[in-house]
Amino acid sequence: MHGLALLAAGSEPGIYLGWGPFVIQLGNFVVIVVMLVLFVLALVLPFTKGKTRK
Amino acid sequence: MTTTTTTTTSTPPVTPPVVPPVNKADEEEFYTWTGKARGWLLKKLPPEKLLPQDQPSYVASWIYVFGMGAIAALVVIIVSGIVLSFNGPLWWHQSSLGHFVNSTHLWSVELFFVFMVVHLWGKYWMTAWRGGRILTWITGVVAFAVSIVAGFTGYLLQTNFASQWIAFEGKDALNAAGIGAWFNVANLGQIFMWHIVLLPLAVGVVVALHVVLVRMHGVVSPADATMTDSQLRDAPALDAAAGKGN
Repeated sequence: MHGLALLAAGSEPGIYLGWGPFVIQLGNFVVIVVMLVLFVLALVLPFTKGKTRK
Repeated sequence: MTTTTTTTTSTPPVTPPVVPPVNKADEEEFYTWTGKARGWLLKKLPPEKLLPQDQPSYVASWIYVFGMGAIAALVVIIVSGIVLSFNGPLWWHQSSLGHFVNSTHLWSVELFFVFMVVHLWGKYWMTAWRGGRILTWITGVVAFAVSIVAGFTGYLLQTNFASQWIAFEGKDALNAAGIGAWFNVANLGQIFMWHIVLLPLAVGVVVALHVVLVRMHGVVSPADATMTDSQLRDAPALDAAAGKGN
């Protein structure tokens, strides 16, 4: 039974978000939002100062 | 009695001519195919380009970090994948260390794709295929495509109900495309081989080629940088030709 429970662990349906006809799984939605946030931050945040050449 | 006098004339100090660094591949004669191959490689990818010490100042931006981030994630994927393949499905399902390594493998894949997509967005918006870099762009696209197939086979190897469902949803499409015999998603052993041999090899080779091409052509500049920008490659020669000095 223990093994079956482990095998079934990957078959949970998950949480889905929907706006009209558009439906997306929560995990996929989070990944897309994270990528967009990283992209914007990469453009606006100042870069760390590197080593100065001797 | 005669005397001789010597006159000295003041001459301006002679400045030595500026000699551009000579590429070793240009002065050596190659007459065998191995020698010619070496000459071609030295010309296309001299050591100072393969392993540069400095980068232009525009590279000091977070948007230039994500390519290397993806490669770092790929290294973790490969190392954790080797550990998983040595131990097998029972280990990663039933032991706590197996769970941990399995999760490390999954999350490094998540990071790999996140970094790769942000890298793709950054390069798309700076039109990174400029300046003869089209093959660099194409190898990036191929790396992305092959990685998706590798990720798909990884989901099939979860050996749980989800992987069974994914396999039986996908098999009809693959059979209809005529590749079901060589890429049979219901055949765990075959998919295991694809996932741990051919696909990682393909991803590794394409990514390596991608990096070598970046080294050959140099890191692409931001789209608004002009060719007379002193940070750009060959800029001194261009500035001199334009009479701007340096």
